[in-house]
Amino acid sequence: MQVVATRAGFRRGLRLAAPLTLGLIPFGLVVGVLAEAQGLSALEQALMSALVFAGAAQILALELWADPAPIASAALAALAVNLRFALMGPTLAGWFDALRGWRRWLAVGGIVDHAWALAIAELRAGRHDAGVYLGAVAALWLAWVATTVAGHALGALVALPRSHPLFFAAPACFVALLVPLWRGRREALPWAVAAAVALAFSHLLPQPALAVVCGAVAGALVGALIETSGRGRGA
Amino acid sequence: MSADPFSLAAILAMAAVTLAVRASGYLVLRRLRPGPFFRAVLEHLPGTLFVAFVAPALVREGVAGLVGGGATLVLMRATGSTPAALIGGVAAFWAARAGGL
Repeated sequence: MQVVATRAGFRRGLRLAAPLTLGLIPFGLVVGVLAEAQGLSALEQALMSALVFAGAAQILALELWADPAPIASAALAALAVNLRFALMGPTLAGWFDALRGWRRWLAVGGIVDHAWALAIAELRAGRHDAGVYLGAVAALWLAWVATTVAGHALGALVALPRSHPLFFAAPACFVALLVPLWRGRREALPWAVAAAVALAFSHLLPQPALAVVCGAVAGALVGALIETSGRGRGA
Repeated sequence: MSADPFSLAAILAMAAVTLAVRASGYLVLRRLRPGPFFRAVLEHLPGTLFVAFVAPALVREGVAGLVGGGATLVLMRATGSTPAALIGGVAAFWAARAGGL
């Protein structure tokens, strides 16, 4: 299979990702408003969105934000939430190889769920143009930075106290994200274990992010144990 | 427009960790070919992670948190629209709070 990277592909990626950017708007606004409420300046918020470019990790880190900023907690949140990006690298490796120099590292640094899903759909359709992926990443990145900046401005304008019910939108984002992740009844036990461990540890551990990670790992281990034992699935 | 050194350090740490994870898939995982168990763990992680975050966050808010979380879940399932689920979930939470729950 010959992978190419064309300008036409880049434009096609921009066009394909445009409707997906609409889906980013609610998350972007929540991130921006939350960042403002947690005391981040407009510059700090923009910097985080531009460099981290991962909505779920940003919401989780911002929920745990304090003064002074919790460096270890934020890094741990980013690591745990973004671990899934490591799984996307191997499937896109052929496309990254086709890109040269800074474009390749921009493509690697821009791995996100939407762009990955779009690239997989292209691969399955037999199209091998890495430009499409780069175009999609560019569109999503621009939309992400723009909506989070808008959210921060909105937050500064209305200046809600941190206890306002509107901030329930942050945990609600994760509840909504759970729905497409449900792959049937085999998720029930791992998810129950994750919730139980996180609840039990949230009072015991000094760092809230640690309880989240403990619950997540315990649940994922249980799920993996069930799937790899008994059913004898090959590699 | 300003940036506090601790916030800046936290943001840069998040960016560095995230870039490392993204690059590790391309540079390392493609050669290692992880076994079925490790793959299964990584595939389960997004779901269990969000559950582990959401469960204490909802419980901390009491009955209102459970009402809001339940409404978000049902609306997301029924409509498939994130904005609808978020708006409905926040409204349900707000109403429950206002109702003294």
